[in-house]
Amino acid sequence: MITLNINQKNYTIDADPEMPLLWALRDIIGLVGTKYGCGVAQCGACTVHLDGEAVRSCVTKLKRAADKKIVTIEGLSKNNDHPLQLAWQEVDVPQCGYCQSGQIMSAAVLLRENPNPMDTDIDAAMEGNLCRCGTYLRIRKAIHLAAEIQRNGGRKV
Amino acid sequence: MKQHPHHTAWYYFHVKSMLVISGIIFVVAITTSSFNQDSKIIDDSIPSKGNTDSVESAQAFLQVYKVLMSPRCMNCHPAADQPLQGDDSHTHNMNVQRGKDGKGLYALKCANCHQPENTPGLHMPPGNPKWQLPPADMKMVFEGKTAHELALQIMNEKTNGHKSKEQLLEHARDTLVKAGWNMGEGRLPPPLAYDEFLKAWDTWINKGGYAPGK
Repeated sequence: MITLNINQKNYTIDADPEMPLLWALRDIIGLVGTKYGCGVAQCGACTVHLDGEAVRSCVTKLKRAADKKIVTIEGLSKNNDHPLQLAWQEVDVPQCGYCQSGQIMSAAVLLRENPNPMDTDIDAAMEGNLCRCGTYLRIRKAIHLAAEIQRNGGRKV
Repeated sequence: MKQHPHHTAWYYFHVKSMLVISGIIFVVAITTSSFNQDSKIIDDSIPSKGNTDSVESAQAFLQVYKVLMSPRCMNCHPAADQPLQGDDSHTHNMNVQRGKDGKGLYALKCANCHQPENTPGLHMPPGNPKWQLPPADMKMVFEGKTAHELALQIMNEKTNGHKSKEQLLEHARDTLVKAGWNMGEGRLPPPLAYDEFLKAWDTWINKGGYAPGK
């Protein structure tokens, strides 16, 4: 049995410690906001936070995730009001939406570590998250807006 | 008036001889010193123990150099602030950056994809608990270095991560160095077996840490 702390709640599951975290999230626990994209850590669709870092859950094994704090898109904020979520809605970023939870989870680490990112910082943080629809320019615009919202105490500007 | 009885021709001959000999000693000392600084690091923290052999040491480094310049070592010792990847040492995709501590930036930190062990499968991310580049304040670049330059760099505490001779010997036994031989599927190993590399590394350092000629 393995205990996972996900979005501040403990889940004890009977699973192989070698199982990728993404499998447990989606197929055992039912948190399907995190997506399966490539399965080889190349696209970023499966990004979740592990002790605050934006790990690829498709290659992160349960034995590494156990006893650490896991946050998925469902737990990023209590009321879907993280500055990034507000900005994403405002800019209307997604097209098909498949990659967007991974995009937001990566951007959240950027904004935490650099509250006022330049375009180059956004590129350095986000280039590992692919978007087949090519929403990159809207993603960049939304991250700038989210930084502004964050500076404004979480309120829309 | 008091005379100086020693101010004879014989006295001046002695003074001239001493000056000439002193001059020769000075020139030889400077030349020797320059030679040593060029071919071997004179570093008080790395004392030689009387069993040095410049030929054997430099030859051993040429073996070491083949390994250090292989993709398995050089890819994480790049000249730029981005890691390299693959057997062709191309720039790491995803615009991965070195970061201040050598562990990446923001959402693209090394350990976000590189696990404590290799992820199974062809070309999957190789892993190690210590996976990282050298930090920004001590980049320890291998890429583009000649054998002469790299030997001097590694034997100098100011450019080798502040490692003493003992720490250098230990470093070759570090898990991250050994990871070069645990490269995962789809990657070539270094050109020497690990044991051969270790033997050459120890010989190079224990025989004096000499650099091959330019």
